[in-house]
Amino acid sequence: MTTTETTSGSKVLGQRVLRREDPKLLTGEAKFSDDLDIPGALHMAVLRSTVAHARITSIDTSAAKSRPGVVAVYTYDDLKDDWAGPMPCAWPVTADMKNPAHFPLANGKVNYVGDGVAVVLAHSKTAAVDALEAIEVGYEELDPVLDLEESLADSNVIHSEIGTNLSYTWELIPNKEAVDDAFAKAAYTVSERYIQQRLVPSAMEPRAVVVVPAPFGGDYTVYSATQVPHILKVMLALTVGVSETKLRVVAPSVGGGFGSKLNVYAEEVLALALARKLRRPVRWTEERSENAVATIHGRGQIQNIELAADADGKVTAVRVNLVADMGAYLQLVTPGIPLLGAFLYHGVYDIPNYSFTCRSVFTNKTPTDAYRGAGRPEATYAIERAMDALARKVGVSAVEIRKRNFIPTEKFPYNSAAGLVFDSGDYLTNFNKALDMMGMDELLAEKKLRIDAGSRKLLGIGISFFVEMCGLAPSRVLASLNYGAGGWEAATVRILPTSKIQVVTGTAPHGQGHETAWSMIVAEKLGVPLADIEVLHSDTAIAPYGMDTYGSRSLAVGGSAIHIATERVLDKAKAIAAHQLEVAEEDLDYAEGVFTVKGSPDRAFPLAAAALEAFTAHNLPDGMEPNLEASVSWDPPNFTFPYGSHIAVVEVDTETGKVDLVRYQAVDDCGNRVNPLIIEGQVHGGIAQGVAQALFEEASYDSAGNLISATLADYLVPSAAELPSFELGETVTPSPTNPLGVKGIGEAGTIASTPAVMNAIVDALSHLGIENIEMPASPERVWRAISAATRK
Amino acid sequence: MFPSTFDYVRAGSVAEAISILDGSDDAKLIAGGHSLLPLMKLRLAAPSTLVDIGRLSELNYIEDRGDHVAIGALTRHRDLETSAVLKHSVPILSHVAGEVGDPAVRHRGTIGGSIAHGDGASDLPAAVLALDATMVVRSASGERTVPAANFFKGFLETDLGQGEVLTEIRVPKVSGGWAYKKFNRRAQDWAIVGVAVVRNGSTRISLVNMGSTPLRASASENAINQGASIEEAANLASEGIDPPSDLNASAEYRRHLASVLVRRALQEASA
Repeated sequence: MTTTETTSGSKVLGQRVLRREDPKLLTGEAKFSDDLDIPGALHMAVLRSTVAHARITSIDTSAAKSRPGVVAVYTYDDLKDDWAGPMPCAWPVTADMKNPAHFPLANGKVNYVGDGVAVVLAHSKTAAVDALEAIEVGYEELDPVLDLEESLADSNVIHSEIGTNLSYTWELIPNKEAVDDAFAKAAYTVSERYIQQRLVPSAMEPRAVVVVPAPFGGDYTVYSATQVPHILKVMLALTVGVSETKLRVVAPSVGGGFGSKLNVYAEEVLALALARKLRRPVRWTEERSENAVATIHGRGQIQNIELAADADGKVTAVRVNLVADMGAYLQLVTPGIPLLGAFLYHGVYDIPNYSFTCRSVFTNKTPTDAYRGAGRPEATYAIERAMDALARKVGVSAVEIRKRNFIPTEKFPYNSAAGLVFDSGDYLTNFNKALDMMGMDELLAEKKLRIDAGSRKLLGIGISFFVEMCGLAPSRVLASLNYGAGGWEAATVRILPTSKIQVVTGTAPHGQGHETAWSMIVAEKLGVPLADIEVLHSDTAIAPYGMDTYGSRSLAVGGSAIHIATERVLDKAKAIAAHQLEVAEEDLDYAEGVFTVKGSPDRAFPLAAAALEAFTAHNLPDGMEPNLEASVSWDPPNFTFPYGSHIAVVEVDTETGKVDLVRYQAVDDCGNRVNPLIIEGQVHGGIAQGVAQALFEEASYDSAGNLISATLADYLVPSAAELPSFELGETVTPSPTNPLGVKGIGEAGTIASTPAVMNAIVDALSHLGIENIEMPASPERVWRAISAATRK
Repeated sequence: MFPSTFDYVRAGSVAEAISILDGSDDAKLIAGGHSLLPLMKLRLAAPSTLVDIGRLSELNYIEDRGDHVAIGALTRHRDLETSAVLKHSVPILSHVAGEVGDPAVRHRGTIGGSIAHGDGASDLPAAVLALDATMVVRSASGERTVPAANFFKGFLETDLGQGEVLTEIRVPKVSGGWAYKKFNRRAQDWAIVGVAVVRNGSTRISLVNMGSTPLRASASENAINQGASIEEAANLASEGIDPPSDLNASAEYRRHLASVLVRRALQEASA
């Protein structure tokens, strides 16, 4: 791999520009929330429930209060007047959705292991943690509700005030009769049941928050390891009852989030309320073992998917019934996660009839919420696994079944049966490129050879062709889904008197490389050196407007806003230059930071001079405001729809059941490519995270509701040693949705890779009659499946 | 992940470490800290005093002593992994050390620390068991030796008393074949099941994570030493053994793995 440092020029986009974020991250200069040195800060520690479901009969904090270094200990009762509202849920997906109110500390009842019961403030972290051990809590234990289908039965209701475990039922069934008719007339049907296990998002930096009251004026600065400083500011104001004008939220360097930091957490709310109560800075950093139970989990669904197909294997209808695990409470966007997949269960296939139903239930487990891909990995998994099942039934290959069903290129923009308009795509071209790169014929021959030779290392080839909706989102569409905010993004581009450029963005990067990519967008347009551009972000005092970073939205929406703001600044500079040169604007060319008169290139006016003119305002065109700055809030007209072919090759040891991923190839189409280096980084990490779900990771609970995979020794996050070198390719189909023609890449690898790996495992074993293995495909699970199949 | 409060003393010599241990009910030695500190952070262990012997260079050596190799207890895994003496005379130990944890662990962890911790899921205790190594133990009353077969007593329990320090591991040189099969899901993990085979005249087979201590696969050993086929011997791998069930493997699956891995290890050691 080659890397180049490109500094300027009109061809910045598409270059492998080294990330300008990295030097300070690699040298330790970057500051994370826990690094902030705040004199006099009190350290907070949270006592967490050790039982999954219980009434609290007593809490004795007296011994903890008298321990050295302890300043205060509070329970729900002590703080019940400190809240302006319960913990926020911003996505009430239906009008009748049940959302039991919950507060930062448990009110008389705990509902999962990890639920906050009491909070300690002390002069040191260790004093606070030691004091937790001195708090005595009496529990009257109740049977926990752990299984999703048992929860649906309502024989044991967790939140008695709502009288049911069902939070909501959400349907997308444009024409039920047509779906039923398609199934009645089908030559082939498949009916599959898949389990999306719970996953524990394991960002390298755990959560952390520091709240600092201003010395006067009643203002607070909240430093938080969050993906969503803007959303957090609004929600803290509403929950704690501090005027939004008094709050400044800053996300310092943030070490990954994967959706888990797209939230408003009890500890953030507590830290602000307690800083207000005690008029002292309050800080809290999550311990790694707390992260396993107190940060949201991802996935957690039972998926029933049925396909109807005609005699040629052409799919005529898809019908999906989900049961989704909300966990104990609804967090910020918990109920909306299944909806982000709800429109994509037909995948990349031209399926005319569509039926989707989701029932979402409470359980006595950690709340779920967004986790990389959020709804879309689940949808892709179900359709891509089911297409393989259909191929086996029809008696054609996994390649052929897909080719027969792709949305044809000429149908773009494509009106899907689920009601979306897919922006652009050329699936067959992408697929053919992937198959060529992979050398499918040789692989298939090798696979057959091993079966024939009775090898104990079988080969499996798994295909996953994914499409996702990202670039969240047109605000009116979000309104139709009852989402509590818009999907626009804000940008300001400002050329200062010395011609240095400030770019202010409402996105909140936490590893994505926005400082690099946003600089490139501006440099491309203005033809100035990257080093002259500074990107400011993640501080609501500097960037008051923003919708933050999640859902692969930042480039498509935030990057577009910057592109448009840059154009406006350039237009204004052009007007200044034309005024100075006494020519019409249309008589000017612009390149490399200099305006020139067409036909008279010696008559020039630099952008830097326009910036100074705008600042001094000594000689501006009549009516022009001083300063060279433009602010844009851009609302996208549609989602974007990245896609791609992912192919996994596994070796299955039939004696031990161990699966080795031996090759992995991804050919992604994310539209125009701003920085291939960043794209490849996103794809690599995304693949690893999706492979992790297929082979390694699972939030495992015992029958009492204890998370038993609660350490990184037991929760198997894979490392480079478990993964092959990824083989990457691309096709480029620009999106017509935004001026950059980009689609988004942050979640693609995660969305595509899980079904690719699972299809590969089933492919290796299907000649034994094996059609499904639950995730993660641990050696024991695979061994048991092989044992059962070969005993038949 | 904060341990309970404890005192910390850095010992300047083995003798000083012994005298501190003798003066305390529950002081613990710490060398690399890669076994003890995680337990302390989870508050599963809370010794009042840690006696740091990690920097005692007097216990950091690998010496050829004719029929055996003597290894100082504070020799790091990384030094075992790269030792020319071990690679020549006890290659299995060098290989097994390279299978422990990840590079960070191998640069900090010590052979004595691993063996004194006595974890049935660790690699090196099983290796010294298969090698029939001898442990040298020092205390205020002098020095004694304990064969590996008598050293591991129970779950994280060894023959070491409170005032005793494991100072040296004496490992017989290996003349025949050997193999180490470590089965895990991630490279850095403990073995789900591991098998060490050493053919030094007779064949010794030890098992990792098949019980609360490293274990000898006695039935397999007896069978192979009495002329049974590798397949027959391997099928007896877990005879008389009651393996644990955990997130990674049920007892039934562990028994199956033990047979597969013993067979593969015997085949490799015989090749």
